[in-house]
Amino acid sequence: MIPLYWYLGLGLLMFTVGAVGVVVRRNPIVIFMCIELMLNAVNLTFLAFARYQPTPLPIGGLPDSWMSGQMMVIFVMAVAAAEVAVGLGIIMAIFRLRDNVDIDEMNLLKG
Amino acid sequence: MNLEMIQSFTPAHFLFLALAGIAAATAVGVVAFNDPVRSALCLVGNFFTLAFLYFTLNAELLGITQVVVYTGAIMVLFLFVLMLLNLGGVKMMKEKFDVKRVLGFGFGALLLYVIGAQVILPLNTITTAKAANDFGGPEMIGRALFTTYVWPFEVASILLLIGVVGSIMLAKRKV
Repeated sequence: MIPLYWYLGLGLLMFTVGAVGVVVRRNPIVIFMCIELMLNAVNLTFLAFARYQPTPLPIGGLPDSWMSGQMMVIFVMAVAAAEVAVGLGIIMAIFRLRDNVDIDEMNLLKG
Repeated sequence: MNLEMIQSFTPAHFLFLALAGIAAATAVGVVAFNDPVRSALCLVGNFFTLAFLYFTLNAELLGITQVVVYTGAIMVLFLFVLMLLNLGGVKMMKEKFDVKRVLGFGFGALLLYVIGAQVILPLNTITTAKAANDFGGPEMIGRALFTTYVWPFEVASILLLIGVVGSIMLAKRKV
């Protein structure tokens, strides 16, 4: 079988690329894409662990605890959908206000 | 990686390597392309490849959900906003070289090294899957989601409702 650490390595690479992209890029939409990339890397890691190292059935614990990795992925997807809807709405509102979406020039909250 | 190891590979290994190569290349493309439309298309390819990686992990339902939610809904939203704001053409931002870029790459290299050496390498002995082969089917997920995980499920629905109301409030001209 495929070793677990191949999946984890791919997840780590994708997460790192996303994190570097959030720091380096100046276009807010590309920054949102990098956040999605990081969320997906985490999802891949969750699923790899859920497949290779599931929680054993505990005595007196949650009966479906070995499904927790997949459940987490479902909730991450729901949160990502809500986050994209609100985040792109904020970008649209800023664009309507300033006609420019350079992330380095957004300093309205600076004291 | 020596020759005997490569000779012991099954087709599943080569399939994983091909999919992982595409996923890694498109992930780098998201950050590297200056044109945000190209970044978005790379991200579509990345999400689609990830769905196939989920299939190789026997998580069928989540792979299909990945295609429907990410490549179907979220990426259409991204491309819609890109076209609406017309950021792809004349307003394309020049990425200038500054200290932020050096810091970003240094941070990335550090993250890659620390997590790779401290977390992933100690796990390199695990090669067998312990979960049942049908652990990703609709029946298993539905049973878990609507019994044990029903309260988080309801909270997620409230979160999505708040997201809908919030995005409508943001998109309105005047309250």
